[in-house]
Amino acid sequence: MKVLTANRLTDGEAVWYANGGWAEIIDHADVAHDKAAEDRLEAIGATAYANNEVVDINLIDVTVANGVVEPVRLREKIRAAGPTNRSDLGKQARPVAARAA
Amino acid sequence: MYRYDEFDHDFVQARVAEFSDQVTRRLAGEITEDQFRPLRLMNGVYLQLHAYMLRIAVPYGTLNSKQLRMLGHIARKYDKGYGHFTTRQNIQFNWPALSDIPAILADLASVEMHAIQTSGNCIRNVTADHFAGAAADEVADPRPYAEILRQWSSVHPEFSFLPRKFKIAVTGAERDRAAIQTHDIGLHLKKNAAGELGFAVYVGGGQGRTPMIAKKIRDFLPEADLLSYCTAILRVYNLYGRRDNKYKARVKILVHETGVEEITRQVEAEWQELKDADLKLPEADIRAIDAYFAPPALTDRPEGDEAVKLARLDSKSFSEWLDQNVVTHRHPDYAAVTISLKGIGEAPGDASDSQMEAVADLAEKYAFDELRVSHEQNLILPHVARADLKAVYDALVDIGLATANSNLISDIISCPGLDYCALATARSIPVAQEISLRFASLERQREIGELKLKISGCINACGHHHVGHIGILGVEKKGAELYQVTLGGSADENTSVGEIIGRGFSSAEITDAIEQIVETYLGLRLDRNEKFIDAYRRVGPAPFKEALYAGEAKAA
Repeated sequence: MKVLTANRLTDGEAVWYANGGWAEIIDHADVAHDKAAEDRLEAIGATAYANNEVVDINLIDVTVANGVVEPVRLREKIRAAGPTNRSDLGKQARPVAARAA
Repeated sequence: MYRYDEFDHDFVQARVAEFSDQVTRRLAGEITEDQFRPLRLMNGVYLQLHAYMLRIAVPYGTLNSKQLRMLGHIARKYDKGYGHFTTRQNIQFNWPALSDIPAILADLASVEMHAIQTSGNCIRNVTADHFAGAAADEVADPRPYAEILRQWSSVHPEFSFLPRKFKIAVTGAERDRAAIQTHDIGLHLKKNAAGELGFAVYVGGGQGRTPMIAKKIRDFLPEADLLSYCTAILRVYNLYGRRDNKYKARVKILVHETGVEEITRQVEAEWQELKDADLKLPEADIRAIDAYFAPPALTDRPEGDEAVKLARLDSKSFSEWLDQNVVTHRHPDYAAVTISLKGIGEAPGDASDSQMEAVADLAEKYAFDELRVSHEQNLILPHVARADLKAVYDALVDIGLATANSNLISDIISCPGLDYCALATARSIPVAQEISLRFASLERQREIGELKLKISGCINACGHHHVGHIGILGVEKKGAELYQVTLGGSADENTSVGEIIGRGFSSAEITDAIEQIVETYLGLRLDRNEKFIDAYRRVGPAPFKEALYAGEAKAA
């Protein structure tokens, strides 16, 4: 399973493709379950890159637990949460309500 | 310290305007990322895991109060309230928006700072001994030469697209605190028998995936020949350095593959063509730059001895800080103070906005407005009257920066690692924090004595693990973090590259392994005066291997 991730051009914020747009949290990112879906995400990424919305596009491996997307690699877990030594920074620092929104 | 002249101001302002325009055009979609990327890198803007990162040059690690205050301001206004001081005496901000970077650069320019050449395959910030101008053992202040090199290398047309990045370090003392033998060019400022100033020139040092100790190619280069000789080295490198393989492109590989004799011959031959031409430094020009670095007028403050003696009796913690973080100054009434950015359990090199501002205030009040950033990721007040040490200490206690651990095991060099860096393969900061907490007792740290522990989160070795007495390299293996330990490295005048001691350790095991190494050392040292590195050089790796792995061999 893979999701599409990138960093937003204007501020570098890590974002994931979800529901027709770029979300600031990974939880409900669009998951590709097969090669065809991966190709679709890749095409969306290429378009967004060409449109100067995002940079550093990548498809990353994920699992889904209780409907929430979780990255497989530590690197991507840290991107999705924030520095592990600073729980007051990054996505992990946001109120849960804001994360769910 | 150096002050910008009209040319410098115009140059930096013009660059701010140029890059601001480039950012505007990028945000408007007029230029692509492929076009923009090399432009942003030339201006210190990287893209990391969570955001952009801005690396700002601190030339040869020297700052004044106004500049540090500005860094605090930038941390607060544009970032998340802190900055990270690096192993190249620079500072990095981890969270700036691209759209804010023009404003940040304009703020920096207002205090004579910039981010030019903090990335890219060019000559990077020239680093120097952090005690330059203050050290009792110094022949002369190396910073004027670092400044001359800065002026020469800034947007040097011939050396802006080298095979790979290029780092120069300068020291003015026999005791090398600038790690010159781990640099592409290392310069040791010294005097010859006639009392003239010049340099021993080292070439081809470096860390990364292929650590190499620089080779001395000249024992004494007259100061007037500094630029012509460096030009000759860069020309040979630019011509013959490998551009086909990024991992073999540094000058260390060229020196290694060509051989020191042949490379010396090539450099000398090139230099013969250059030495008597327009790169020869006129005496008056050297002295003019020297004048910028004239030491502050240090008035005698003989009351310091008595003041320090009394304060020592009064406060054990002050006394310990004095022993650990305060070093001898060339003026007997003064001292150089290391402000540790390695609080127990803290991220090495990080300072908050308010800490930066408070330290700037201290420098203004007690240290002639001068500050240094050390490559060991601490701040330095180079000139403090001994009579004022207690006041400085008390102020540092108030802002949480009085940890008395300079050169002890918790004074850890660490790269940002996987918590921030897009290149990293494992985390560094949490490992540093856990080791620091394990050895939290300063009494225990002092019992262990001088021990330089350095951690990198990938093979690029920004955390200088190769030259740590104990080095830790974090890698990714089978999806998990694995930490390799090297022992016996050193980055001083007796530079050595550490040896891998054996199989790596998981993040859960690494702190225990370090403690085991330290306990082994304590058990075998001849006495308290035998430092870790000396003991290791005497006994070699065997006792440490035995302590770490003997159980496994038997089990197997």
